[in-house]
Amino acid sequence: MALGFLLPALALLGALVVYPIVFSAYRSMFDASGNTFVGAHNYTRIFTDADSRTAMRNTLIWVVVAPSLVTVLGLIFAVLTERIRWASAFKMIVFMPMAVSFLASGVIFRLVYEGDPHRGVINAVLTTVHDTFSSSSVYPGAIARPGSPLTPAPGNAFVTTTGIQPGHMVLLPLVGLPAAQLPKSATQAVPAPAPPPDGISGTVWLDFTRGGGGVQNHVDPAEKGLPGIRVQAVQAGKAVASTTTGPDGTFAFTKLPAGTYTLKLPGGNFAAPYQGVTWLGPSLITPAIIGAYIWIWAGFAMVLIAAGLAAIPRDVLEAARMDGASEWHLFRRITVPLLAPVLTVVFVTLVINVLKVFDLVFIIAPGSVQPQATVLALEMWRVSFGGGADQGAGSAMAIFLCLLVSPAIFFNLRRFRQEQ
Amino acid sequence: MYMKGLRATALVAGLLTPLAACGSSSTTSGTSAAQPLKGVKIEVAAKWTGVEQDNFLKIAKIFEGETGAKITYTPTGDSLDTFLAPRIQGGDPPDIAVLPQPGLVAQYAGQHALKPLSADVVAAVDQNFTPYWKNLGSSGGTPYGVLIKAAYKSTMWYSAKAFDTAGIQPPQTWADMVGPASQKLRDSGVKAPFSLCGASGWTLTDWFENVYLSQAGPQMYDKLAAHQIKWTDPSVAAALKSLGQAWQPNQVAPGALQTDYPTCVGTVFGKKQAAMVYEADFVGTEMSKYPGADQDAKVFPFPKVGATQPVELGGDIAVVMKDTKGAQALLKFLASAEAGKAWAALPGYFSANKNVPPTAYTDAIHQQLAQTILKVGDDARYDMSDMAPAAFGGTDGKGEWKDLTDFLRNPADVAGTQQKLEADAAAAFK
Repeated sequence: MALGFLLPALALLGALVVYPIVFSAYRSMFDASGNTFVGAHNYTRIFTDADSRTAMRNTLIWVVVAPSLVTVLGLIFAVLTERIRWASAFKMIVFMPMAVSFLASGVIFRLVYEGDPHRGVINAVLTTVHDTFSSSSVYPGAIARPGSPLTPAPGNAFVTTTGIQPGHMVLLPLVGLPAAQLPKSATQAVPAPAPPPDGISGTVWLDFTRGGGGVQNHVDPAEKGLPGIRVQAVQAGKAVASTTTGPDGTFAFTKLPAGTYTLKLPGGNFAAPYQGVTWLGPSLITPAIIGAYIWIWAGFAMVLIAAGLAAIPRDVLEAARMDGASEWHLFRRITVPLLAPVLTVVFVTLVINVLKVFDLVFIIAPGSVQPQATVLALEMWRVSFGGGADQGAGSAMAIFLCLLVSPAIFFNLRRFRQEQ
Repeated sequence: MYMKGLRATALVAGLLTPLAACGSSSTTSGTSAAQPLKGVKIEVAAKWTGVEQDNFLKIAKIFEGETGAKITYTPTGDSLDTFLAPRIQGGDPPDIAVLPQPGLVAQYAGQHALKPLSADVVAAVDQNFTPYWKNLGSSGGTPYGVLIKAAYKSTMWYSAKAFDTAGIQPPQTWADMVGPASQKLRDSGVKAPFSLCGASGWTLTDWFENVYLSQAGPQMYDKLAAHQIKWTDPSVAAALKSLGQAWQPNQVAPGALQTDYPTCVGTVFGKKQAAMVYEADFVGTEMSKYPGADQDAKVFPFPKVGATQPVELGGDIAVVMKDTKGAQALLKFLASAEAGKAWAALPGYFSANKNVPPTAYTDAIHQQLAQTILKVGDDARYDMSDMAPAAFGGTDGKGEWKDLTDFLRNPADVAGTQQKLEADAAAAFK
């Protein structure tokens, strides 16, 4: 009789849970075609294949970092909202990301992390802040042509290759700057007038005639001077004099002691504009995706912990306050220990969730960094469907993932039973 | 897009109804003879969307008008295998599937999921295609598929304005393109000569294939494509070394590894940070988004690196999955010059059918490309990575795609790249 009532549930469970697991385990012992038995080969492959090792390393980083950060943030938010006036509004805002689908969140963060400051909001903020404190240069990207008297030096600077004696005029050609981006003050370049015997004069100009005409390293009529460039006269590694070019690109040093000088155009003239951080590159991709994950899940942790917080007996807190405990002591010695069961449930739930993370990684990481960003769940999909079509190896990863998740599930189940 | 297609269908159906009524009233027997497939339903699955899908539906309409069959189009999404595998296993595949890679013909033929072409389809293929293209749709000597839509993959797109400013002409040789021409472009103030789409590996494999086809020649190309020679071969080293000249950091617009395919076109014609972008004829549809690009964008053939003028094609191969009369008849139609000409009149289409004349195309660029392909004849080759097993040549972040992305990151590492390519190829080709 009892069995009769259980039967529908059992049949459903069997068809939807037990059968797929058993079939995956069976399938995992066959090769890609599904016809050849390969035993444990697909399982050893998880530990030998470079991509799945990266996936394992990344999953480990995720499990170590994400659940604890989310739990701690949730705890902080929960405790803070007890004390602020607009608590409900604040909670609603923090919880709101949970209402957005993960796919949509992934798309949002793909844009947020975009490298181009015109598109990615984080880099837009970074570059704005950076440019507020250090102005960008006027001539980023200038290059010295091979065969010109200038050669690149460390820190975007250019130096002359040969020494120069006072009494000489030097031509310092630069190229690689769009003519349209020159300052309005720039006028036609001219060779600088000859200097006095104790001086060095010269011209810094854009040695490029539109359409490719003109003679290289020669001031041609259509070419413009580069105004406002700092020029240093360097002797024995030390700048002894410094000047700035005029609208026609000319500059002049006077009253230089006798000796040989090299001229230096310091890097400040040519510093490339700050481009922000390459969030979607191979080195920062995992932290970047974890950031998106925290944005989504902090609200979940906060709501559960806030519920636990509301259930804490107030009299204990009051008693401690009467005894003169500080707020920090209250938090550490009373609130956290009393919340421990809730915190553990939140943490373990997040661990299970993090082990399965797939959508965020799949969407945020561009194809070229997917190998560096991959986690076990994503790798399982990539191996089974992402072109390799090796569903044997994919099933093996699924079973492996299942084994990793099951301790956490058993832990949660046991807690439920104890609480009952 | 789907809605638009639906509305168009409804509209056309509405227009056709009175005509059909007219036809049936005059001679009833004549209609059934003229429409031998009346009432037959044919399902076609392909990954085309947007304009590509609309254009196919227009061609399908011609077939429907001639035969009375009804074609349903099912878009598969990006991952064709994810779509097809469950339907094959469930015993309900589409009548015709359009495979984006010849490698998949062998894969599905191995799973006994394909039906051989009927005799009249094979006759149509023989009449309209050279043996090389016929072989691409075959597996184990049995013809299974027809290359119904090609992409011409040996085109460099460039900004005429940037070339004018720098005072250069489209380069004829690789050495000129990566040497003096690049230097002049940089001098003129363009940030970099080339815009690369390195966020995904597929455009990078096309770069490599053009260089290799030109430098090592078509015979070596076939051997490497079939993995009869190893990727550690000196010819591969030479090709990578040449490729490295174009992929140096100062040759490539910044952020190439985070730039995906459509965005890299914008780097040249929208943001104007580079002067050239390499990809197939279909860049044309992409660049039309940017104001003024239709005046500014020009094409020159991928320059010779070695002795051969490289001509590389990609394309979609239609295969029969359910052996019905309708499916075979539709394939025969799609293999014909008639369908090729009609399709060529629509934008964004290129045909490998030798009986589709250059005049069938409406724009000058496609006419020029069609002429080149006739001139090259048997030396044209199909995209190598698309012929390889998908695990090597068709997966984001794996195999050749990943190895060439890494090479773009560090173009000095020729030997290391070769070793990684060979290891991945050996694993995929076994």
